[in-house]
Amino acid sequence: MRRIAEAGSAGAGNTEAASGAATAVVPADIAAGRRRRRRRHLTVCAALSLLVLAAFAVSLMFGQAVYGPLEVVRVLAGEEVPGASFTVGVLRLPRALVGLLAGAAFGMAGITFQTMLRNPLASPDIIGISSGASAAAVFSIVMLSLSGTAVSIIATVAALATAGLIYLLSFRGGLSGTRLILIGIGISAMLHSLVSYVLARAAQWDLQTAMRWLNGNLSNASMEQAAPLALAVAVCAVGLVSLSGNLDTLRLGEETAAALGVRVERTRLLLIFLAVVLLAFATAAAGPISFVAFLAGPISVRLLGRAASAGSPLIPAALVGALLVLAADFIGQFAFGTRYPVGVVTGVLGAPYLIFLLIRQTRTGGAL
Amino acid sequence: MTKDHQLSASGLALGYGDAPVIRDLDLELAPGEITVIVGSNGCGKSTLLKSMARLLAPLRGSVVLDGREIHRMPTKEVARVMGLLAQSPIAPEGIVVSDLVGRGRYPHQGVFARWSSEDERAVAEALAVTNTLELAERPVDELSGGQRQRVWIAMVLAQQSELLLLDEPTTFLDVTHQVEVLDLLTDLNRSRGTTIAMVLHDLNLAARYADRLVAVHGGTVHAQGASEDVLTEETVEEVFGLRSRVVPDPVSGRPLVLPLGRHHSGPPEPLSRPAPPSRCRSSGSHPSR
Amino acid sequence: MSTLHAPASAPPRPAPRPSPFAGRRRSGSVRATALTILVLALVAAAAASVAFGARGVTLADITAGMTGADGTLAEAAVAKRVPRTLLAVVAGAALGVSGALLQGLTRNPLADPGIFGITNGAALAVVTGMTFFGMTSPHAYIWAALLGAGVTAVFVYAVGSLGRGGATPLKLALAGAATSVALTSLVSAVVLPHAAVMDAFRFWQIGGVGGAAFDTLARVAPFLLTGFVLALVSARGLNALALGDEMARGLGAKAGRTRIVAALAAVLLCGAATAAAGPIAFVGLVVPHMCRMVFGPDHRWLLPLTALAGAVLLTVSDVAGRLIARPEELEVGIVTALIGAPFFIVIVRRMRVRAL
Repeated sequence: MRRIAEAGSAGAGNTEAASGAATAVVPADIAAGRRRRRRRHLTVCAALSLLVLAAFAVSLMFGQAVYGPLEVVRVLAGEEVPGASFTVGVLRLPRALVGLLAGAAFGMAGITFQTMLRNPLASPDIIGISSGASAAAVFSIVMLSLSGTAVSIIATVAALATAGLIYLLSFRGGLSGTRLILIGIGISAMLHSLVSYVLARAAQWDLQTAMRWLNGNLSNASMEQAAPLALAVAVCAVGLVSLSGNLDTLRLGEETAAALGVRVERTRLLLIFLAVVLLAFATAAAGPISFVAFLAGPISVRLLGRAASAGSPLIPAALVGALLVLAADFIGQFAFGTRYPVGVVTGVLGAPYLIFLLIRQTRTGGAL
Repeated sequence: MTKDHQLSASGLALGYGDAPVIRDLDLELAPGEITVIVGSNGCGKSTLLKSMARLLAPLRGSVVLDGREIHRMPTKEVARVMGLLAQSPIAPEGIVVSDLVGRGRYPHQGVFARWSSEDERAVAEALAVTNTLELAERPVDELSGGQRQRVWIAMVLAQQSELLLLDEPTTFLDVTHQVEVLDLLTDLNRSRGTTIAMVLHDLNLAARYADRLVAVHGGTVHAQGASEDVLTEETVEEVFGLRSRVVPDPVSGRPLVLPLGRHHSGPPEPLSRPAPPSRCRSSGSHPSR
Repeated sequence: MSTLHAPASAPPRPAPRPSPFAGRRRSGSVRATALTILVLALVAAAAASVAFGARGVTLADITAGMTGADGTLAEAAVAKRVPRTLLAVVAGAALGVSGALLQGLTRNPLADPGIFGITNGAALAVVTGMTFFGMTSPHAYIWAALLGAGVTAVFVYAVGSLGRGGATPLKLALAGAATSVALTSLVSAVVLPHAAVMDAFRFWQIGGVGGAAFDTLARVAPFLLTGFVLALVSARGLNALALGDEMARGLGAKAGRTRIVAALAAVLLCGAATAAAGPIAFVGLVVPHMCRMVFGPDHRWLLPLTALAGAVLLTVSDVAGRLIARPEELEVGIVTALIGAPFFIVIVRRMRVRAL
């Protein structure tokens, strides 16, 4: 009843609206703003690409023995250079290549999950999608005494199967992101105890190989691993980029996206499938490198600032992921007395950032 | 602007599992008018709106848009004709207003198509109409509730659809912004002939802004028509279980519902000072029963 | 107001021994029956735990072993099974109560020391102690594990309850999972260069009661006892807290104090159990749920019943682990995970999504 009075006085609101329209913002300004953000997006991507390239070059050139850029280029061109051909061509190149590809794959898979589930914490490594790969790999190394390609194949299959299982279990009259996250956490807790069980039974000499699968490690990288990973990254990247319009729209909430003409269930299933394939191949090649999938997206979004909504977030996330892995692997090899696997470095470096992110994200409320 | 888009539901049954919320409902949206759906909590009015917007498949019956069954139509094609503002849409963190409004262009874009000048025009126009041009470069997170709602309406307008469905567009807004949003929608309807259907909670605002009022009760349309015909004391009691007095609104002339409660049921006696009424239980602690 | 439902003559503290006259109301007699059944089940489970194992023993061996003789292999096996059984009982009770406290405290059906990363915090503290401070004795582990558990619990809860909507199950679970991943990496970083520590750690990490000895038990006993007492003290406050902080305050309960006491109890119990038996997952999650389904949400009953049921579950799981994998053993942590994870998934599927 008080409403009568308020509604009566609301006529004044119209004059305020009319005066607002008089401010000089014209459509051209809006287009210019959009172009500015686009340019910034491109600039950030270009800068990141250069950094990735630099990190790649550094990991080829430096090590116990240092080779100049010329020698490296000659090796890459296929020339026989004494010493460098082995060290760079056989030892360092596969390692850097697998690191680059796996980092990009983790970055894209991570941002896809985070964007789709509207939660920066819901990256596939945290909600346990990749735990299946680790568990299966450790099991086949310790219990079945397998090695090399066989382990990679089993890990890939297991990652896909785990993701499928989580998806099916969380599907109940429609998919709920919340349920997907929680069930993923439950499954990964169970797989974690399976890994503990297997590790307790491992022979000493299997322990190191098995631990690789728990932390992520590039020291056994080979060209045979790089090839399938490269193929997976190429195919899935094209698929994900073509879906990025749908993904952007999905961020507005399921109902709004559906009203705008997105086929929500189908889009989500496709996105999950592509991201999981990326994750499975990357994990099979390099182990579950901690936190790369989790950190790449948020870091790239921070770098982009307001330009983040001006283009697809996939490419910047892929670049940041690759950069993280290359840099962390280099640090792990040479910065300490002991050689640490890349996953331990990313895990330890990632922890403070995670804490920062958790606090910032929960304080602003996020979409939780 | 054309006014010829027809949206209707016939024999509609909606719900989850065995207990339908809506049973055998027929409804036709009058083109070029503002239809407001009212009803008590849980009567299925939001469910109905979602189904009209093809987000919920009916258990029985059908929703028909321009002679075609809506759930069978390509969803992007529907989106070019009809927009929906959901009850709680989510603004991605850090997105700026013009980018958010640009998301409304989704149904007009192909898979690899670039942002076109037509997209740019549609966004600018939507911003202008909703009076949010000066907010264009601001992050949505920083806006007030009323501004944010106008931006969302701009997003739906950028879709350039001639049919607009809104699910409680005034929830969480204070009364000033409620009126502002409803005035904006009325402007759209009057100037462009946009057909609007929305769910509103507030009966008096519904009565004031509706060209046609639809009261949903018991899983079907209980009454529909002009506000004066629908909002009677009898209907309010039947639909909401609320005894009320309905008087003409001195501002708009539309019906104004004044609810009666156990303590305020008589006609107002403005001049008599409130002497303690005799029916009042004066001492609660004694077991007077 | 808050005492409206409590009959004036009935003492609020639940009777620890089964009595056929424990309650005049129907629900009271149901609880009493349940209590009797649980106590009997515990006795049976403990007996089974002493009698069955990888090595078959005779009744004579058992009596001899119980009295301390360890002349023959069979007698020695029995003598080792006694502290093991005790540890299973005590750790199960502690984990169960700790889970019930966490669930009550956070009003969160998914609360579990494992899911919240608390056991990982204890693990990190233990390996840090082993590696850098030369800790070797279980006594030192206890302090480390308690400290690690406490710090992690506070951190995860603080992070999970920031922001809009307070500590929702989703936020807490994610904060816990993310913290777990970080802690796991840190554990690896500490352990990897130290082969000996890695070797010791992988056996600690799996969660088992096989290595129990009486002096370990004696060391954790004071912590567990304090934990149980604090838990019982906070029971009434938790009942009020279940209605929400504001309601609880409105009813005159001291929400803040209850929270601190209950959290302290939960951390003591879970930290001490983890220190003695390693991280054992899902007991704290499953047991309180089952108890609540049967006995209702009154914490004054729930906590003692959870203790009993937790003890039964862990002891039975331990016996099952010994029998399934004969002649080897399946650690109890594995068995509980295999039982607990499906249970967790069922809970998640049954929760209404909006309730998250």
